[in-house]
Amino acid sequence: MKIRKPSKEPPVHPKDSLLRVERIPHIWCPGCGIGTVFGAVMGAIQKSGCDLDRLAMVSGIGCTGRMAGYIRLDSFHTTHGRAIPFATGLKLARPETKVLVVSGDGDLLAIGGNHFIHAARRNIDLTVICVNNLNYGMTGGQQAPSTPFGARTPTSVAGSPEEPFNFCHLAAACGAVYVARWTALHIRLLTNAITEAMQKRGFSFLEVLTPCPSSFGRRNKMGSALDTLKFYHDRSVIRNGIDPRDALLDYDNQIVVGRFVDIERPTFTDNYEAVNLRHAMPSPEPERPQGRRKP
Amino acid sequence: MSDKSVLTGTWFMNGDHACCEGALAAGCRFFAGYPITPATEVAERMSRRLPELGGIYIQMEDELASMAAILGASWGGVKAMTSTSGPGFSLMMENIGLGICTETPCVVCNVQRAGPSTGLPTLVAQGDMMQARWGSHGHYEIIALSPSSPQEMFDFTIRAFNLSEQYRLPVIILADEVVGHMNERVVIPPAGEIEVVKRRKPTAPPGEYRPYQPDADGVAPMAGCGEGYRIHVTGLTHDERGYPGMNAATQEQMMERLIRKIRANRDSIIRTENVFLDDAEVVVVAYGISARSARHAVQEARAKGIRAGLIKLETVWPFPEELIRSVASRVRALVMPEINAGQMVLEMERCAGGACPVRMVAHHGGALIPPAKVLDAVRKALKGRP
Ligand code: SF4
Repeated sequence: MKIRKPSKEPPVHPKDSLLRVERIPHIWCPGCGIGTVFGAVMGAIQKSGCDLDRLAMVSGIGCTGRMAGYIRLDSFHTTHGRAIPFATGLKLARPETKVLVVSGDGDLLAIGGNHFIHAARRNIDLTVICVNNLNYGMTGGQQAPSTPFGARTPTSVAGSPEEPFNFCHLAAACGAVYVARWTALHIRLLTNAITEAMQKRGFSFLEVLTPCPSSFGRRNKMGSALDTLKFYHDRSVIRNGIDPRDALLDYDNQIVVGRFVDIERPTFTDNYEAVNLRHAMPSPEPERPQGRRKP
Repeated sequence: MSDKSVLTGTWFMNGDHACCEGALAAGCRFFAGYPITPATEVAERMSRRLPELGGIYIQMEDELASMAAILGASWGGVKAMTSTSGPGFSLMMENIGLGICTETPCVVCNVQRAGPSTGLPTLVAQGDMMQARWGSHGHYEIIALSPSSPQEMFDFTIRAFNLSEQYRLPVIILADEVVGHMNERVVIPPAGEIEVVKRRKPTAPPGEYRPYQPDADGVAPMAGCGEGYRIHVTGLTHDERGYPGMNAATQEQMMERLIRKIRANRDSIIRTENVFLDDAEVVVVAYGISARSARHAVQEARAKGIRAGLIKLETVWPFPEELIRSVASRVRALVMPEINAGQMVLEMERCAGGACPVRMVAHHGGALIPPAKVLDAVRKALKGRP
């Protein structure tokens, strides 16, 4: 057997071309699920074969928001909650560019909830990936709209008194054309789902449950990141095509994952063009210049 | 540029509509907004005009989203604006800060009404002057223009776009309800006579281009999305590559650039109209709609033999410090009418630095300041009476 000589060049990772390698090491904690999702996003981008100059990533603020800083695409790390409206402007101004929005649950669905609802309703052509770690990781694990009832966080030491959102149900109800939920354990299915979502025209939404061992796991006796993945493994049931309102996240019994919605619907741009063509815009008031025309 | 984008001719038009036409003439092709009195007419006209020019009008869910959307559109390479009034302006502060930090050209027109809070939605005020200057958190420089007629709404909106492209920042138009709603003659020149500044693009190839490395004028050329540069844009403190740097040195470098590009170019940014300054004993300094009361008062004063002068601030931010300082050193008093309880007058006092008294003609909003009040203040100032 021939032994290969060690190369003088540092090894190249297959995803390096999509990474701002000069920015590594990243800020994420050991065991964090965001890196796994990030890997799946890069895998999906590579699989889709799309022109990287026609692809942009927009994020908000939080641990997941930092993804935009590591990907070698046109990437925009905006304000807390405003990734979707920023992406809306970007997409409408540059329709040939595919726009991915990646952010956390707090960012997209608490502070950014209103934008989420309306972008789905308008069917803006965006692929939105929500990394759901059940808490505000970056600020130290406070209660979020995804925090399970009774879970302990620094702002709910006795247990969260609130019922969490079912994001997939919300997205579907608002008109998203593609809705799916996976966990950081389902890497292959997740990668496929991101590829599928990117191919959709319109508002596609993916929720990914990820371990946050530093901020959430440790306070809720979930053990290590690996234990959280095991927890997902034991409780996840794949129910493709079910009504998203039944896609419950019942952490004591089962976590429903799968692709719940995959429909076609005209996008904002389709409708905007159709409506304005039909209307054949009249000139605004006043109809004619008043008095003399300037020479 | 399509013929329909510049409505050359002489029109009878309100200020809000003139603002819209100015924007279109400057090349604006994206508007994101939310209805609010007294700025709604800008949005309404945009919604009719933009589709016929191949542009986008989108009515967002709120002003937070409107401001975010125009930043996104600007990075998409399209000139973008929004319009609003006090309550919406408050919501826009967050992403105006993002626009400042990421050096994103765009225009925000605030047709001011009386506040605080919901205040007097349909009535005039000039109460957002300091909010425009300092409203978003952190320290920064801003450019704001204050039109006092529909014609100036047209002209200043074009200038706002030009300044925003040249210096890479959100530029604010501080109009008010009266200017927005009054109908007056607006002359729109032929397209060829309108100066339109184009965004400066990088000449360096991808890989060598540093998105925040300034040219000699302190402003960095701007690559947009989809132009092959794979830019990173963040509201975190960032270095010349656009990459976050969480330390005091990067903060200092970034802040220096953001501040310097405006301060070093003050002379080309600041514009004032100076009337009767040569022999003036009292100078009235005014902006926006109140400049019209001021002009009337100064003309009346002159007719009565009082040596009054006028400085009309076209640019309110940056404030014309040098001019006010030099005028203060040679007149007996300065007078400022404004429809608030004293905002720009603080700048006047700062610049006068005690060289002469600064007299305020304040109004809490809901109506204009009558010229007679300004004239009265001029008279009292000359007599040195309170
Ligand atoms: S705090 Fe949680 S979500 Fe944030 S990087 Fe650490 S593990 Fe990941």
